[in-house]
Amino acid sequence: MKFDTPATTNPIDQLKVIGQPLDRIDGPRKVTGTARYAYEQHDVAPNQAYGHVVGSAIAKGKIVSMDLAAARRAPGVLTIVTAQSAGKLGKGKYNTARLLGGPDIEHYHQAVALVVAETFEQARAAAQLVKVRYAEARGAFDLAAVKDRAPDAKPEGESPTQTAVGDFAGAFATAPVKLDQSYSTPDQAHAMMEPHASIAAWDGDKLTLWTSNQMIAWSVGDMAKTLGIPKENVRLVSPFIGGGFGGKLFIRADALLAALGARAAGRPVKVALTRPMMFNNTTHRPATIQRIRIGATPDGKITAIGHESWSGDLKGGGPELATQQTRLLYAGANRMTSLKLAVLDLPEGNAMRAPGEAPGLMALEIAMDEMAEKLGLDPVEFRIRNDTQVDPEKPQRPFSQRRLVECLRIGAERFGWEKRSATPASVRDGKWLVGLGVASAFRNNLVMKSGARATLGRNGIVTVQSDMTDIGTGTYTIIAQTAAEMMGLAIDKVKVELGDSSFPVSAGSGGQWGANSATSGVYAACVKLRDAVVQKLGFNSGDAVFEGGAVKSGNRSVPLAVAAREGDIVGEDTIEFGNLDETHQQSTFGGHFVEVGVEAATGEVRLRRMLAVCAAGRILNPKSARSQVIGAMTMGAGAALMEDLVIDKRRGFFVNHDLAGYEVPVHADIPHQDVVFLDETDPMSSPMKAKGVGELGICGVGAAVANAIYNATGVRVRHYPITLDKLLDRLPSVS
Amino acid sequence: MKSFTYERASTPAEAASAAARNTGTRFIAGGTNLLDLMKLEIETPRHLIDVNSLALDTIEPLPDGGLRIGALVRNTDLAADARIRRDYGVLSRALLAGASGQLRNKATTAGNLLQRTRCPYFYDTNQPCNKRQPGSGCSALGGFSRSLAIVGASDACIATHPSDMAVAMRVLDAQVETVRPDGTTRRLPIAQFYRAPGDTPQLETALAPGELITAVTLPKPVGGMHVYRKVRDRASYAFALISVGAIVQRDGSGRVALGGVAHKPWRIEAAEAQLPKGARAVTERLLANAKTTDDNAFKLPLVERTLAAVLVEARA
Repeated sequence: MKFDTPATTNPIDQLKVIGQPLDRIDGPRKVTGTARYAYEQHDVAPNQAYGHVVGSAIAKGKIVSMDLAAARRAPGVLTIVTAQSAGKLGKGKYNTARLLGGPDIEHYHQAVALVVAETFEQARAAAQLVKVRYAEARGAFDLAAVKDRAPDAKPEGESPTQTAVGDFAGAFATAPVKLDQSYSTPDQAHAMMEPHASIAAWDGDKLTLWTSNQMIAWSVGDMAKTLGIPKENVRLVSPFIGGGFGGKLFIRADALLAALGARAAGRPVKVALTRPMMFNNTTHRPATIQRIRIGATPDGKITAIGHESWSGDLKGGGPELATQQTRLLYAGANRMTSLKLAVLDLPEGNAMRAPGEAPGLMALEIAMDEMAEKLGLDPVEFRIRNDTQVDPEKPQRPFSQRRLVECLRIGAERFGWEKRSATPASVRDGKWLVGLGVASAFRNNLVMKSGARATLGRNGIVTVQSDMTDIGTGTYTIIAQTAAEMMGLAIDKVKVELGDSSFPVSAGSGGQWGANSATSGVYAACVKLRDAVVQKLGFNSGDAVFEGGAVKSGNRSVPLAVAAREGDIVGEDTIEFGNLDETHQQSTFGGHFVEVGVEAATGEVRLRRMLAVCAAGRILNPKSARSQVIGAMTMGAGAALMEDLVIDKRRGFFVNHDLAGYEVPVHADIPHQDVVFLDETDPMSSPMKAKGVGELGICGVGAAVANAIYNATGVRVRHYPITLDKLLDRLPSVS
Repeated sequence: MKSFTYERASTPAEAASAAARNTGTRFIAGGTNLLDLMKLEIETPRHLIDVNSLALDTIEPLPDGGLRIGALVRNTDLAADARIRRDYGVLSRALLAGASGQLRNKATTAGNLLQRTRCPYFYDTNQPCNKRQPGSGCSALGGFSRSLAIVGASDACIATHPSDMAVAMRVLDAQVETVRPDGTTRRLPIAQFYRAPGDTPQLETALAPGELITAVTLPKPVGGMHVYRKVRDRASYAFALISVGAIVQRDGSGRVALGGVAHKPWRIEAAEAQLPKGARAVTERLLANAKTTDDNAFKLPLVERTLAAVLVEARA
């Protein structure tokens, strides 16, 4: 199905199942431990052996020699895989560094060997016996030190990295009120609960990989490319994923090494990355240094807005797209953005939840707060004054839907914003300095081609199959809701099977495109299935209605199952998106409101309340969507207050590489969260009229926390995370 | 993890003597720290002696009015004990400020005293660390040192001791009871229990090889307001950036010990004479020889401010 004209009325609009806050259909399996994750697939292949990864002890240089003798002699060891023994390997399209290093080392903890043994404990013990001698080379590990030599980042696809509209320099120079500030965000880790894990089994030259992966088709392609075998010979299975956040968009060392280990051992091999290895072996969100300039008239109209961002990556990598929201979020005739990319020898950077917007808004939305203060305007009002209903770079191109102003106004009202004192450091509650902060949330709505197959069985059950993944987001449930709505069934008459590359290729999970794109693919498959059912039952397709488990037309009503009496009926299709996003900018919007308390003596920051008001098209399931938004708000609070991959700039690695050192919020950090969804449909987006919402919640929330801290203390911190050491010397004396 | 042999001891003296017979022995009780370290091969014992079945899990009154806390009393039980809550509030509060409910259910009193440092370089076996591998050097010096020591450290090691409980034990003048491999017992004031890192940071306590902690005793209650204030980046389940354990009497006198600043709970009795003068005077004396890095210099004002807040709270 081609989606190239705005959606009109369709069966989804009935909202009998779609739009209902239903429990997850996979919930019972998850809470009873019967939803099996990659490493738990004990019975899919017999005689599984265990692999343990050896990571490089240096960040850059060469392996001089490897002594495997002691490891080979260790109890239970079956085989050891190294770059030398693995033979010629390619590199995946979505990988920057090789997944198996040697002799050249590209980053710390790059895998250099896999030790395979009968038991996990034997593999782990033997891995410690692998002796590697390195010749360490000097590397670049400090973004601030190399930033001024960083060239313009190369454009990725059609998205330019340098943009200019009007006369930014002139308008900024002559603006009556202006701001020119620098901000920084640190490297951050996905820190998902489930480590990267894979089980590999070969049948002749055919590989099956049970793994934890967000993008099945990408990863089939990259696995084949890396191993140098045809794609048809690779099957990936990933039914349940314990969090990904962008860290599992591609194959990683566990997948490749399981495959190589299984080939070398001649039996299935399972590999999980250990927690201490994940931080340097896998990808992370790159640090940014950002400069923002805003010029405005005294009445608060932006006349010039400029945003530059510097980030670093391994050679061949890409930039953190921290300026992209600034091209679209606020009005202003004169504008520029620029992305610079330095070469760093740290582990590779890549996507993490809302890549670009998350760190970009952490800076931009502090700048907006600072600018509002300079103008003497309320920060909500300043944002509203600079709303735009059209793409500011191309005024002929409207937004498909843009209700940022409503998000901010409703949020302000619900949160009690009018009680905020405009004077910083003026509200105290016992030992707490109390402040409120606001920020806009913005994330583009991406759409991706997505396929599915819907099969009606003689028992009246519709089974939906797709290689779509559920990374904890609730995908199983919204896909079941879609099929149930389309086929006129209760949700318990729909079965959903996901995450298998033998199913139709879907959008996968990433960039908050999954929910809208994948359910649209299911919609398309169900349209086909409805047509087939109608034909089978001899209805006139124009007036057949699917409801209550039956197909009805006039006085005639036939149970759906009857259509499949002689055999399954299959509907399979792929939704493809036309160029509606060329004529209409599709984005999602929100307003974040945060109240913090800052302990007056110690500077400890504790959240008191958070509210997000979101406008993100049709909300397919308010319960799972709310979970997405509060999860993202939590992640954004972590980014604001504690998350920081600290670099040892001498040795070039992330030092705090476990969950004791890399702190993420715990329950006690997140006392109260509210989410409001505006009632909205966006017919430009898809037949579902939905948009992504999984990343919107993290966009801007960090800045709302930062602005609340400023309001509480009068201390403006522009460098994340905002830890107490950055506040301490400007807090009032303790008496 | 390296292979190891394992036995269950039936009496404390037998455990100590068995430990002395086997080189490379560790006692195991809750295992909340040791097992993690063994998996990473930071600790590589050849032999484990499980002391869990020794009857050391009760809290008994002492004739002098104090309490004897068995080495195996779990942190959860100790924190919840009515006598501890009533008479030794700083201890109960310190325990509850540490770890998580699950860990406190497993962790024991003796094991808590013997926790290893949380220095990130100690945890990465690719990096030099004098504590883990004597003589290899200290990566933390000149490296990431935000959580590390500002007093009592050496050029060989700037690790901190991670325990909250030990800070309270220090402020309470607890004593550590042990049994030695020859069956003799002794009692060590906690002030003498931890060794300065010096050139041998791998040697952390005064315990001799094989010596087993059997109990921790508390002297009779001293009254006063008991405060334990732990400062950390997140609200729970994090090690202290710094912590202050204090007992403050009505007359303004009192005791103060710090966590998160040194290789041991940091207390200088002489500094306590400054309490009537306020937090600055006490801190200046307590941290007189502080040596900070860019990463951890904030601990100096943080200690002073936190102590000031503690004194306000105690005197309110």
